[in-house]
Amino acid sequence: MEVLNNLFGDGMLAMYGEAILVTVKITLLSTLLSYILGIPLGVLLYGTSKDGIFPSAPVNGIVGTVVNIIRSIPFIILLVMTQPVAKLITGSKIGDDAFIVYLVIAAAPFVARMIESSFREVDRGVIEAAQSMGSNNFQIITKVLLPEAKPSLIVGSAIAITTILGYTPMTYLIAGGGLGQMAIQYGLYRFESDIMYISSILLIILVQIMQETLNYIAKKSDKRIRGK
Amino acid sequence: MIELCNVSKTFQTDHAEVEAVRNVSLNIEKGDIFGIIGLSGAGKSTLVRCINFLEVPTSGEVKFKGTSLASLSKKELLETRRKISMIFQSFNLLSQRTALKNVCYPLEIAGVPKKEAEKKARELLSVVGLEDRVNSYPAQLSGGQKQRVAIARALATDPEVLLCDEATSALDPNTTRSILDLLKNINETMGVTIIVITHEMKVVEQICTKVAVLDRGTVAETGPVREIFLAPQSQIARELILPKSAAVAEVRGGPVIRLVFDGQSSFEPVISNLSLECHAAVNILGADTKNIGGKAYGQILLQLPADEGSCVRIRNYLTGRNIKFEEAEA
Ligand SMILES: Nc1ncnc2c1ncn2[C@@H]1O[C@H](COP(=O)(O)OP(=O)(O)OP(=O)(O)O)[C@@H](O)[C@H]1O
Ligand SMILES: [Mg+2]
Repeated sequence: MEVLNNLFGDGMLAMYGEAILVTVKITLLSTLLSYILGIPLGVLLYGTSKDGIFPSAPVNGIVGTVVNIIRSIPFIILLVMTQPVAKLITGSKIGDDAFIVYLVIAAAPFVARMIESSFREVDRGVIEAAQSMGSNNFQIITKVLLPEAKPSLIVGSAIAITTILGYTPMTYLIAGGGLGQMAIQYGLYRFESDIMYISSILLIILVQIMQETLNYIAKKSDKRIRGK
Repeated sequence: MIELCNVSKTFQTDHAEVEAVRNVSLNIEKGDIFGIIGLSGAGKSTLVRCINFLEVPTSGEVKFKGTSLASLSKKELLETRRKISMIFQSFNLLSQRTALKNVCYPLEIAGVPKKEAEKKARELLSVVGLEDRVNSYPAQLSGGQKQRVAIARALATDPEVLLCDEATSALDPNTTRSILDLLKNINETMGVTIIVITHEMKVVEQICTKVAVLDRGTVAETGPVREIFLAPQSQIARELILPKSAAVAEVRGGPVIRLVFDGQSSFEPVISNLSLECHAAVNILGADTKNIGGKAYGQILLQLPADEGSCVRIRNYLTGRNIKFEEAEA
């Protein structure tokens, strides 16, 4: 009884609840913003490539290089380097909101590359057919590339969201919250490993729910499978 | 309708220049079913893609109804493409859209209201015989059905020209025939000019009125199908048209002739009748004939007996029956 009380009583439940909410908020907002930045970047990377729909070697070279550089910087270093950006946007270098800014800067290039590769899976012949019917580039992007790549894009978003979730414990570095921060706090500094395990398990469950839901939606939405 | 003047297309690859199309001049008239035949790599796809400017020629001019495509603005070119539809070997349907929505696509991008577009799409799907599959996705359709959807889609913008790049190459012989019949029907009832790209003589034979034979990027020979079929002049045309000899000609045998059936004579046991009436034994070296609507199409390569008399009788017999033939080397 004593043990259970320690773990779940006296406002502990509220703490878990709060931590879950913070983690979900950081994850979803970061993913959403990463996509808002990543989709145009992905379109640009695909479109300007050699066999894209508006090839341009210089643009592709510049965008590709910037994306690769950001992707190669370790997250902690990127976080330190981009503090002024977070300060500018959120008014603070620390806390959950600032953390979202860091996450988005790190994830957007990764998302862009994933979108580019989803677009590459779209049959070149289908794009050519759309061109032969007089589609302009905007129509090809919105009516051919995005819908045709949809299942692959959703699978990509499952990868993106779980990767972003995997970074959320780092909030503990800059005074943020969430399940990961809780696990570190209790496990590493207060030696209450029970709480550490529970918050970790909750984190794992969260990852599984998001991943499975998205994979299910991807499968459900794909019309290339016979018999549906 | 479509005029190609000295069209050339050179590709710049990392190692070398590839001259895919060289100095091609063709005039395709309204109502034609124009075949472009050639071996793999002859430049057929490149040439046909020059016709709607999916590939911009390196030099030369492409004219659609008298207007040079190069002189059009980007917007005008996109609008012109709606009048020059295209179908492909791999169908190229949108996999995430139903048959109906696929046919709606060209109307959608042309700004036709949704309701109107769907009505037209339904009509076209019934023209191609798929009225009961409107809500199927491409993955649920057979190859022939997919090509029918593609044809309906190509017709949605009321095109004047339909380009077919190896449209039947992925289909079995029966399906090929039904698709070709459909194309012919579209040509006759809707007056759509059709350009058929193929590597198979059968296809040209069955529906084309005129043909150009493409050899390594250049036009080796062009003219009405019947003429070229009857007496191919160029080496490449002979290769594509003449049946491969099935048996080696006997050394002591007589001359070899090629009988051509272009739908003018009815289907009958020509060879056995010929043997019986002329009292002569002939040797069939190769044959490729078929019966389309009771008419004979195709050709037979025959080796005649060595004696002059039989040969004369046989030639007279063939002339009498109105069966076309030409002398061929064995
Ligand atoms: N984008 C390209 N870049 C470089 N070379 C090309 C390109 N497209 C075609 N070629 C070359 O041009 C030549 C003609 O190709 P094309 O596809 O037009 O032939 P084809 O007659 O359609 O052949 P097939 O019957 O196999 O489809 C080939 O040698 C091919 O390698
Ligand atoms: Mg080809």
